Amino acid sequence: MLRYLLGRIMATIPVVVLISLLVFLLIHAAPGDPADLLLSDEASAADIAEARRRWGLDQPIYIQYLRFLANIAYGDLGMSFKYSDPVIGLIGERLPATIELAIASLLIAVLIGIPLGVWAGAKPNSWADNLGSVFGFFGISMPSFWLGIMLILIVSGYFNWLPSSGRSTYGVGHGSDFYIIQSLLTGNMKTAWDGIKYIIMPAIALGTGMMGLVMRVTRSSVLEIMSEDYVRTARAKGLGERTVLWRHVLRNALVPVITVVGLELGTLLSGSIIVETVFAWPGSGSLLIAAIQSRDYPLITGTVLTYTIAFVVINFAIDMLYALIDPRIRFGK
Amino acid sequence: MALLEIRDLKKYFPAAAGVLGRAKEHVKAIDGVSLDVEDGETVGLVGESGCGKTTLGRCIVRLIEPSSGTVTFEGRDLSSLSEPAMRDMRRKMQIIFQDPYASLNPRMRVGEIIGEGLRIHGLAKGRDLKERVLELLARVGLRGEYFGRYPHEFSGGQRQRIGIARALAVNAKFIVADEAVSALDVSIQAQILNMLLDLQQELGLTYLFISHDLRVVEHVSDRVAVMYLGKIIEVAPAGKLYSVSQHPYTQALLSAVPVPDPSRKGTRTVLQGDVPSPINPPPGCSFHPRCPFALERCAEEEPRLEFDGQHGVACHVFGPGGKK
Repeated sequence: MLRYLLGRIMATIPVVVLISLLVFLLIHAAPGDPADLLLSDEASAADIAEARRRWGLDQPIYIQYLRFLANIAYGDLGMSFKYSDPVIGLIGERLPATIELAIASLLIAVLIGIPLGVWAGAKPNSWADNLGSVFGFFGISMPSFWLGIMLILIVSGYFNWLPSSGRSTYGVGHGSDFYIIQSLLTGNMKTAWDGIKYIIMPAIALGTGMMGLVMRVTRSSVLEIMSEDYVRTARAKGLGERTVLWRHVLRNALVPVITVVGLELGTLLSGSIIVETVFAWPGSGSLLIAAIQSRDYPLITGTVLTYTIAFVVINFAIDMLYALIDPRIRFGK
Repeated sequence: MALLEIRDLKKYFPAAAGVLGRAKEHVKAIDGVSLDVEDGETVGLVGESGCGKTTLGRCIVRLIEPSSGTVTFEGRDLSSLSEPAMRDMRRKMQIIFQDPYASLNPRMRVGEIIGEGLRIHGLAKGRDLKERVLELLARVGLRGEYFGRYPHEFSGGQRQRIGIARALAVNAKFIVADEAVSALDVSIQAQILNMLLDLQQELGLTYLFISHDLRVVEHVSDRVAVMYLGKIIEVAPAGKLYSVSQHPYTQALLSAVPVPDPSRKGTRTVLQGDVPSPINPPPGCSFHPRCPFALERCAEEEPRLEFDGQHGVACHVFGPGGKK
C-alpha cells in the first residue's frame, strides 16, 4: 500500500512539470508585456527596462523557465508582479473561498442528482423518470455563466431575495478563510446564515451542470444493476423493494457515479473561474482572471499549477474511494 | 394434500407491441401447467432450452407474476397474498439460481449474504446471527473463516455452496433448484448434488429440481416432469420415466442422452425440424409437427395429461386412452 502511494505521488511530478512548461510557454506567447501593462503611462523607457530586469523578463525564455522550476523545487512560486507579494500567499488567501464554493456546488449536485437518478432509474418511463430527465438535461445543457446571470437578474434584481455578489455582509473582503464552515463550527449561526445567503446562487450556477450529469449517470447505472441476478436473489430472500434498492442496487450503482463526480470536480474548478467572475466571488478563480488581464506571469502559473495539483489529488482520492466501495478493486497487489 | 399444488398456471409475456403500446402477440412461456409436489419429495423438471422450465420455477415463488392459474403452498393460495405476506412466505420457499457468479452481490461479504435473510425475517441477530451463519457454512462444507470474504474470492462450486447456504438460512421447506449445477464442472456437480440430497435427508426438504440434464435429474428425483413448449407432456416416477416412457418427445430426449459404452449402438430417434415459436404454438398437440406418429387428430385437438396410476402422459397415440 505504501509503495503504491509513493508510486502515485512520484507519478504526479512529470504531470506538474509538463503543465508548468505548457502554461509558461502559452502565457509568454500571449501578446502584451506586463511592464507596459502594469507601469503607469508616465513611466519612461528606462523605468520599463528596469522593471523588466527586476522581474527577470530580460533573460532568454529557457533561463526564465529553469529559474522558475528551480524555485518551485524550493516551494517558491515567485513574487506577483502586480501585488509585489509572494504568489503562494495570494493564492492561499483566496483558495478557501473557492473550495467552499466547490463544496457547496458538489453538495447540490450530489444531494439532488443521486436521489433523482435513483428515483428515475428504479421506475423507468414513469412520470418520475420523465420529470427527472427533463431536470437532468436542463442542468447539462445550461451554461453556468448564463444560469448565473439569469439567477442574478431574477432572484436578486427582480425579487431582491438574495445578494447578487460578494461573499458576506460583514466585510470578509477576501476569502481569507472558510467563512461558512468556520461560522458553523464556532456556532455563530448569524454569520453562517449570512454566508449561506451569498453562496446559494453561485453554488447553483456552478453545481447544476454536474447535478444533471450525476442524475443521468445514476439513472442508467441503477437501471442496469436492477436487472442483475443478485438483485433477483435479494428479492428471493424476501427483501422489500426499498431494501433491495438501497442496500443491493445503490451500492453497486455508485461506482460509475463516483467516476463522474471525480471528473466533474475538475470541471467544477475551471467552471468556478467563470462563476466567480459573474458573482464577484473573492476566490482564486477571479484572482486568475485578474492575473491574466495584467499579464502577471508568476501569479498565472502559480494559480494554474495549484489547480493542476488539486485535480491530481482529487483523482487520487477517487481511486482510493473505488477500493473502499468495491472490494474487488484492491491496489498495491 | 400436496405441499405445493400448481393448477393451470399460465405466463404470457408480451412480445411485439402494437400501436398505443398494447401487446399484439404473446410469448406463451407457460401454457397451462398443473403439477403437485408432495412434502419431502424431489420433482425433476426437464426440457430443452426455452421450454419454460425457469419461468415456471420463478412463477412458483412469485419472482415473476403469473398471468393466470394458482399456486397453492401449504394450503394457501400464493396469488391471494399481499406483498408483505408473500415476503414472509418466501422464508419457506427459496430458490437457488443457475449462475453462481452473477447471483451473489459482489459488494457484500459472505456472512452478510447468508445472514441478511435471517435478519430481515427477524430469525436471528447479533451473536446468534453470526453463530447461525457459521453453522450454515459448515453445513454446506465451507470453513468458518470464509465469513468475512467476498464472493469473487471463491470458485464456482464454492459460490454455489454459498447460494445454497443462503437459501437454507431461513429454514426453507421447499427449494426450487433452477439449473443449480449446470454451470459447474462435472466433478463439482456430483459433490453439490450429493450435498443437496444429504441436506434433504437431514432437514426434510422438498425440491423442485429444474435441469436440462436428464442424467442429473434421474440421479436426484423421485418423480420427473417433462416440459415441451410451456406444457408438461409427461410425468412419472423417475425409474418409470427412464425405462418405460410413453411420449414420443420423452423418448427422443432420452435417446439423445449419451451412454458411456462405446460398444453399444443406441437407436437414436432424431427429431425433424426445430422447436416451434412459443408466440404461435401449433394447434392441437404442440409436438405434432415433429412427431413421427402424429395422427390427424393430433393437429386438431390438444391432448390432456391423462394418468395411469402415477404415470401421466399427454398424447393421443401413446397416452392411457390412446390407440397404439
